[in-house]
Formats: sequence, C-alpha cells, structure tokens
Amino acid sequence: MMAPLNQECLEKQYSPETKNDLMFKAIESSGITKTFGPTMALDNISFSVNESEVFGFIGPDGAGKTTLFRIITTLLLPDEGNMKVLGMDCTSEYKELRKNIGYMPGRFSLYQDLSVEENLNFYATVFGTTVKENYELISDIYAHIEPFKKRLAGKLSGGMKQKLALSCALIHKPRLLVLDEPTTGVDAVSRSEFWDMLGKLREYNITIIVSTPYMDEAIRCDRVALIQNGKILSIDTPQKIRAGFSRKLFTVKSVEKYKLIKTLRKNPEILTAYPFGDSVHVTFINDTSENFLFEYLVKEGISDAVIQEAEAGIEDRFLELMNKGE
Amino acid sequence: MRNQVITVKNLVKKFGSFVANDNLNFDVSAGEIFGFLGANGAGKTTTIRILSGLSKPTSGDVNVAGFDAYRQTEQIKRNIGYMCQKFSLYEDLTVKENIILYGGIYGMNKSLIKERLAELLAKLRFQKYENKMISDLPLGLRQKLAFSVAVLHEPKIVFLDEPTGGVDPITRRQFWEMIYETAASGITVFVTTHYMDEAEYCDRISIMSEGKIVALDSPERLKKQYNAASVEEVFIKIARPN
Repeated sequence: MMAPLNQECLEKQYSPETKNDLMFKAIESSGITKTFGPTMALDNISFSVNESEVFGFIGPDGAGKTTLFRIITTLLLPDEGNMKVLGMDCTSEYKELRKNIGYMPGRFSLYQDLSVEENLNFYATVFGTTVKENYELISDIYAHIEPFKKRLAGKLSGGMKQKLALSCALIHKPRLLVLDEPTTGVDAVSRSEFWDMLGKLREYNITIIVSTPYMDEAIRCDRVALIQNGKILSIDTPQKIRAGFSRKLFTVKSVEKYKLIKTLRKNPEILTAYPFGDSVHVTFINDTSENFLFEYLVKEGISDAVIQEAEAGIEDRFLELMNKGE
Repeated sequence: MRNQVITVKNLVKKFGSFVANDNLNFDVSAGEIFGFLGANGAGKTTTIRILSGLSKPTSGDVNVAGFDAYRQTEQIKRNIGYMCQKFSLYEDLTVKENIILYGGIYGMNKSLIKERLAELLAKLRFQKYENKMISDLPLGLRQKLAFSVAVLHEPKIVFLDEPTGGVDPITRRQFWEMIYETAASGITVFVTTHYMDEAEYCDRISIMSEGKIVALDSPERLKKQYNAASVEEVFIKIARPN
C-alpha cells in the first residue's frame, strides 16, 4: 500500500514528471473511439487530467472537441474505450458523477425567457442547493451581471450571457468544470476577462477542462492537448509544446506579401512558408543562414525584406504536427 | 493616389436617441485588405449594413464602389460580395447548385456562370466534389468554396465576417493566400473579426469603440504607437475605455 500523498510531500520529493504520475487524476481516458456513421469523430483518444489543473483542448472546428466533452459529461457513450471522471466510471456511475460536474456547452443553453436571477435559482435548485450557499464561488463573476438580474437571459449581450452561463455551471460547486468553447464569438477584452475569472477559480481546487479554437489561449492553461481530426497530436505544457518545434524558424516581412509568399515557395531549400499576420514564417530543409534568404529575395526582386530568427508559437508547432501526420 | 472604393465622411447613424455611429470618417482603397474591429456592441454591424446597402445613414456622405449610400443601394448590393463563417452556402444543395444559385442571384447570365463554374472547380481542384452536397464537404473546403462564391461576380468589394475563425491552421493559411490573391487582383477585402490575430494580416485596421473610430492605421504602426506586442494588446488598451 502506498501512503496517501500530500501536496507538500509531492513538491519536495519528486520531479515534475513523477509528480504528474502520482497526482490524483480528475480524468483518465484510454482508447476512446466514437463514430457517427462514416465519420470517425474520436479515434483512440487517451489522456489524463490532474486534479485542480486547467487543461485545454485546442483544435479547429470538427476536431472532435465537443464529442469528447459530451462523453466526459456522460451525455454520450463512446463506442470503445474507458473514461473515468473524478474516479467514477462515465457509463455505470453517471448519476453520481453528474452531481459533481459543471458543464457550459458551446451553444448558449440557458432559458432565454427566464431572467438572470431565475436561471441561477433554477440551476441551484436542480442540483439541490441554493444560490446563497455557494455564492462566494461565483461572487466575482456574478457581480458583473447582478445589476441586470431582472433582465431576461435572451436579452443579454454575448459577454454577459457567457458570465451567466459560467455562474450557472458553478452554482452547485462542482469538482470538475467543463467549458466547451467559452470564448468563441466573444471580443478580445471579454475573452481576456474570462480567462482571468478562470484563474481565480484555482483557489477552490476545481479542475477545469476547456476547449478553444484560439491557439493563443493555450498559454492560459497548465497543460494542453492539440487535437485534430479526432486524434490528439500532442499533450504537454504550452512551453514544452512550443519547445518541441524541430527547426529554426525565421520571420520574413515585405510590403508585397503575396509576391513574397509565392517567391519563397519557389525556392527548393525552403520547407515551409506560411503567412502569419504581417510576416511569413519560414523553415528550411537544411540549416541555412539569413543571408542566403536575403540574397535570394533580392535576386527575385524583393529588396525590402526584413528577416529575423524567431521562437515558434503553439500554432507553428500545430502546423508542424499536422504536416507530419499527412 | 490610389483609387478609393469606400469613402465615409461624417457618417452618423441614430436609432431614436441612440447614436450607433458617431461621426465616422475613413476611406478604403482598391485592393486593400481593411480590418474593421471593435468590441461587441461598438457599432460595427450598423456600419457594415450601411456599406452594403441594407440600411441608410442618418447623415454624412457615404460612397461605396462609386455609388451613393442613400439613393443607389441596389447598385451597391450588385457590386459587393459577402461571406460569413457561420452561414454562406446552402448545405442541402450540391457545390454546382450553390454556384448556379449564387450566380443567378448576382444577375450573371448562364454562359458566364458556366464559365466561372469551370474556372472555379479547376482552380480549387474541386472537380470531384462538383455534385457533392455542401454538408458532405470537410469544413476547410467549405470555407474556401464560400469565399470563391462570394467573389464569383467579381465585385469591387468583398465583406468577410470572421472568415477563418475555427478553421485548422493549414486551411487558415491557404485561405489567407486566397485573400491576398484576391486583393492583388484589385478587389477590396473588408474584414470584420473578433480574432485579433486575423487583424494582423490586414493592411490597415480601424478599431471602433462606443460608435466612434478610435484608431486607424497599419497593424505595425498601431503596435508601435501603443507600445504593444500584438494587435490584441492594442485592442485591449483602447477598445474599452473603462
């Protein structure tokens, strides 16, 4: 028998990797597969999420994020594989499990013709609790919408709907919070505020899993899984995922962007040339110098190129992993 | 000086006592990729409805593709294209049927539609999908087709609403290359988006807040001016005064 581990003892004795193995798992998934007719939505998905971790699933629309979240929340059964959430089996122990999960689906699914306050009371009652009992947990979030508590939920702005949905998902003090694309369609300011709110929930030891198509949100998570076509491409801390980029990366800027991309693509030494905002990210087949690239571009009639070596971001690594898989 | 395809002078739009657009001034050139940004409720949708001939200004001068936004809204509609990420193509029609339908709506004659259909299928290497339903296409292909359909009638301006939101990183880049190509051919691309990293691809961006344009310049110059590493940082600094 292993002695129970406390946080302090973990910090002292073990490397981060070992610590990861020994931590209590909020989610353990192995070999999850789900098909819809001919579509393979999830293809042999295995991962685990540590207790009180903020874990992100990052990938485009259609990657399988929502299907996976519906399995985690016991709303859908997998075709194959095992899924344990909070130590409970998603199939046989779903009733007990549901009491401990807060779920915010991608589509706004509160009652539009109930007021803000009525929605919150309704969700508290369904879970056998009261707003008063767990108010502390939502007070920071709810404070933003409390002035509008008599307003119908359907009449709220996007940012306010999102805060109400989060309040309703938290009102029964769940141990696991599941957020399916909470920041999609929300402006950059509200997005940033939302992540700040999630950060504050850490104090309450709530495990949070969150999906997003925004690559730049990875940095807000403890660990992320990059997901594409029903498969997990990589799972790690955002820093390690970026560090996994295997080549030297250069950013190239020119006024004539379209010409620049076409010119870069023609050179056989260049492996990839992808537009990234106001620059183009370039990698070479063999280790090559900036001078070589500059001279080539001048020869091709692009004399204003500014070339810099750069650190790869999450999206660079995602592209690399996608190319490797094909 | 480059040819201006959108000119907006002192544009005001009121709904009752509410001022949705408060004295806007900006121009957009032919072949420019122009990003139109703002927080939810800043007044962007109101402006876009006016620029696309769906709504009339309360006061001010607005000219789109050479037509007046008060009196020539029908001509404006015929000279613009529109694509939004959420809905653009009919899912229960085939690729070919969608192209024929949109060609008809844009008032193109049959032989021209047929010609463009062939060109488009060849360019996108879409021949094998010609008779497939849109609902059977992967999302990335749908997006590319939706964009091609939005410029089928070679409009002066194409409006794109969050064009690459939610698509995978490779498709996203192919999509931006299509946008660059379109802009290089002289069509103005007018982008609205919440994705600030999409804004980084634009030649110039404007940021709206509470009905006013509070910033308008190239992403690079705005980043310098506000001492920010990204457009996102610029946006957070100025889009919400409080």
